[in-house]
Amino acid sequence: MQAAQTGDPAAYQAVLRACVPLAGAVARRTGVPADSVDDVVQEVLITMHRALRSYDPARPFMPWLRAIATRRAIDVLRSQGRRGAREIHDQEAYENHAEPGPDLLEQALRHGDAGRLREAITTLPPRQRQAVELIGLQEHTLEQASRVTGSTKVALKVNFFRALKSLRARLGSDADV
Amino acid sequence: MSESVSHEALIARLSAELRPVRRLLAPWKRSFFWLLAVLMVGLPFAYGANWAALASRLGAAPDMWLSQLGAMLTALFAAFAALQTSIPGRSWRWTLLPLPACLLWVGASTAGCLRPWPIPYTIAEPHMHAMACLKFILLMSLPLASLLTWLLLRACPLRPGLTAMLGGLASAAAAASLLTLVHPFDATAGDLAMHLLAVLCVVGLSRLGALALRR
Repeated sequence: MQAAQTGDPAAYQAVLRACVPLAGAVARRTGVPADSVDDVVQEVLITMHRALRSYDPARPFMPWLRAIATRRAIDVLRSQGRRGAREIHDQEAYENHAEPGPDLLEQALRHGDAGRLREAITTLPPRQRQAVELIGLQEHTLEQASRVTGSTKVALKVNFFRALKSLRARLGSDADV
Repeated sequence: MSESVSHEALIARLSAELRPVRRLLAPWKRSFFWLLAVLMVGLPFAYGANWAALASRLGAAPDMWLSQLGAMLTALFAAFAALQTSIPGRSWRWTLLPLPACLLWVGASTAGCLRPWPIPYTIAEPHMHAMACLKFILLMSLPLASLLTWLLLRACPLRPGLTAMLGGLASAAAAASLLTLVHPFDATAGDLAMHLLAVLCVVGLSRLGALALRR
């Protein structure tokens, strides 16, 4: 970490890689469902990046990491709780909704935002990213994507729409995703 | 795409964004910097204050100097606790640090209201002036809280609500301490209530300001 603070990217990558299983273990111990553990891990990595200057090499590293991982796990649990209380799942409405077309993403690509778009996609939670890549970029139908991932069509649609919402917020309205 | 690959992509992106960072100073050093700013803000009031009258007011009854001591210690300890809690891995128990000083402040102020004899050469605070106290604490807290928020944002507060409330308490207590320099009144229940309202307003606004710390 000390080397990472001085700007050594190799040391930084080694630290971040070593933190992936540790953050996952903390998330599981905090009670995060197995399918959301990767979301927590990514949040932890991003928070570590933002908090880099706050680490004091004179102190042990683990309490610093554990505090970040525990907090982000709690944040994900809270956000899932809030979403669960706010959203109503209407299976029939999802099934009847027109299939999301890839042209939404193509608009962003036409605006010359391909680089920013790809970068923004890498920061999405794993299941949302998978939905965007399969439905939006590789132009799979929901049927095909469902077969590839083993997820239901409803779950794929939900993740796809959440991903579009996040991308729209991240890229700004000018991208018109 | 497997999850390890997606973690790898994120790690690669974060490594590409890596720049050398300057480590944060220890919380006590940053607290000292903030206290220095409080003194700078208080300089004009200290210059205009009647120090002889102030000394006789504070010395006339224990509750007067005890409440002032409580306010100053609350400012110091709350700022230090806020800066501690803004660093990941530091104990939440730092939150309790300003509590004894805060109890001393409120307790001594309340005792002042119950004191049966008035402080010589003072009057009970006129009702109109109580609003001026409220405004003073709110306005003085603003620059102090802004500076403290800037210092807190340089770390990474994982409990932004708690950290912001401690920051608000520190700012309000510091503003109330400065108010004593230009507050030639005896303690009254109305005065205490107005000071308490001002402190609660600043702490509440700071809690709202936690949205800025939530990142």
